[in-house]
Amino acid sequence: MKTLADLRAIKEKAKQELASREQTAKYRLVVAMGTCGIAAGARTVMTAIIDEISKRGITDTIVTQTGCLGYCDQEPLVQVIQPDKSVITYGKITPELARRIVAEHIGKGNVISEQVFMQS
Amino acid sequence: MHRMHVIIAMDPHTIAQGARSIKDALVKNLELAGLSNEIKVVETGSLGIYNKGVVLVVFPDGIYYTGVKIADLSEIISEHLVKGRVVERLHYRDIPEESRAEEKAPRFGKQLRVVLKNAGIIDPESIEEYIAQDGYEAYGKALTEMKPADVLQTVKDSGMLGRGGAFFPTGVKWGFAAAEKAKEKYIICNADEGEPGTFKDRLILEGDPHAVLEGMCLAGYAVGATMGYVYIRGEYYMSIARVRRAIEQARKNGLLGKNIFGSGFSFDIEVREGAGAYICGEETALIESIEGKRGEPRDKPPFPPSVGLWGKPTIVNNVETLATVPQILLKGAAWYKSLGTESTPGTKVFTLVGNINNPGLIEVPLGITLREIIYDIGHGIPNGRGFKLAQLGGTTGGILTSEHLDLPFDLVNLRSIDAGLGSGALLVVDDTHNVVELVQNFAEFFNHESCGKCTMCREGTGRLVELLHKLTSGCGAESDIALIERLASAMMKSAFCGLGQAAPVPILGCLRYFRDEFTALAQQKRQQIPANA
Repeated sequence: MKTLADLRAIKEKAKQELASREQTAKYRLVVAMGTCGIAAGARTVMTAIIDEISKRGITDTIVTQTGCLGYCDQEPLVQVIQPDKSVITYGKITPELARRIVAEHIGKGNVISEQVFMQS
Repeated sequence: MHRMHVIIAMDPHTIAQGARSIKDALVKNLELAGLSNEIKVVETGSLGIYNKGVVLVVFPDGIYYTGVKIADLSEIISEHLVKGRVVERLHYRDIPEESRAEEKAPRFGKQLRVVLKNAGIIDPESIEEYIAQDGYEAYGKALTEMKPADVLQTVKDSGMLGRGGAFFPTGVKWGFAAAEKAKEKYIICNADEGEPGTFKDRLILEGDPHAVLEGMCLAGYAVGATMGYVYIRGEYYMSIARVRRAIEQARKNGLLGKNIFGSGFSFDIEVREGAGAYICGEETALIESIEGKRGEPRDKPPFPPSVGLWGKPTIVNNVETLATVPQILLKGAAWYKSLGTESTPGTKVFTLVGNINNPGLIEVPLGITLREIIYDIGHGIPNGRGFKLAQLGGTTGGILTSEHLDLPFDLVNLRSIDAGLGSGALLVVDDTHNVVELVQNFAEFFNHESCGKCTMCREGTGRLVELLHKLTSGCGAESDIALIERLASAMMKSAFCGLGQAAPVPILGCLRYFRDEFTALAQQKRQQIPANA
């Protein structure tokens, strides 16, 4: 390496690997677990998701947490992320709805459009 | 790419608990489960968690598991790594607030990690992971955008004090060497950590070796040095191996060698191994040792920044000092000054040992109190015992008692009670221990480690052991206590180097606060030896 730019190139590449919570799985379900999310029941939403995933024996999905997404009044928020597709953010999710997301969106690929808060 | 990272702390402690075989088994099991492509197993340095067996951390969740055995692995894999369900049985909740590794997570409760920011998070054998955490960014910036004098000024402005124990201003020391006109100048990293109960430098070197190298490079640029040496005590096999590997990687990436970053600056680093002499931690004895001579301290002045290794200007800095330097350059002098207290900016790494529930490696901002360290971070004293004393700064450290529990740690406050931060060992002693026996133990250590060059230390340490032994064996008299005091203060005034000058410090400290225990031993009747014994 001869320049600062070379160093930064290595950094960017290595950052990806370090932050590599990237998945080979098809879906990534992100539950917003900021104070607002937790207060609105994100914890039970997440356990419902995990429970439903293991019940259905789904293997191509991982569940991760994130902090406040900035839409506190819409909590609990759940994002479904697929590589090369727009991110679907569901708002005001209950454990029942969470189970439906797993069944419909993850299981069959059908977006539950009436619960979609944002698509980005 | 990997959806999950399992971090396994690999340090002498966890290796002794079987970390190596657990890592191998984990890798094997992941392979068998077909998860090798999804889950990465990463070795790191110490996580600062002790007496809890083998420690694993699972990311992205940041879940800590302690006391992990090979038999637990299949459950961790099937429950957590596959289904994302935490194995509560092994889940360690106590520490996550304190040592949670994720950038965003609130850091550490009362701890503040600057030097240890990467330890236990990155793979110390991967230069890429260090670079990902802003590694070598400060070095690159300094070489391409700053003059050596600017680097020097930043370190001066930060008010940083050397973490080897003497707390001499780092920038001032560098300034002395920078002002010298010489073709060759040297940077030495003093990693001859030999103070009983101190193992912070070892864990810094093992956990984040590149940070130390980067600090040395920056020091080299600031003072105009061409060569650096890391002097590591020979017993620190893993530190030596990791630093050597880091040096190789840095060379391969053009971070050591000639014309670094195209700046015209050339610098290289080599490792020198110590051979186990305590005295070689003293900087001039260390220099003698690198030169291939017997490790004995030199006359001072001249000090090493003017006349050091091979007679050339030489900076000798402690591991922790050097590992902090890149952070100061990256975040600025004002940022560093804002940590800690006015007289002592920054953080300090301590090894918390002795009668404590949660021993280990901690980093705290200065200004913290003994009470916070023992009761909040260390979780108190085991078996419901009371606090008797703490020795701060290694075997030569001053003595703190219950009256000092709420004294904020900084140089001014500690000097006012004849103590100092020293090497960073914090030994907690509960009320079951006899002070005289404790002191005798210290004295024996110094007697063994005195290099023999000056009479006061060679003879003084020996006579102290004899006098203390007299007391503990029931043969002492009160006049012996007075003699101990006289001898101790004479040594402090007349010994040649720090070893002999500091050896009596804990003895006098204990005498000051626990004189009654010495007197009680002196007054007790000699034990009658039965005639038929």
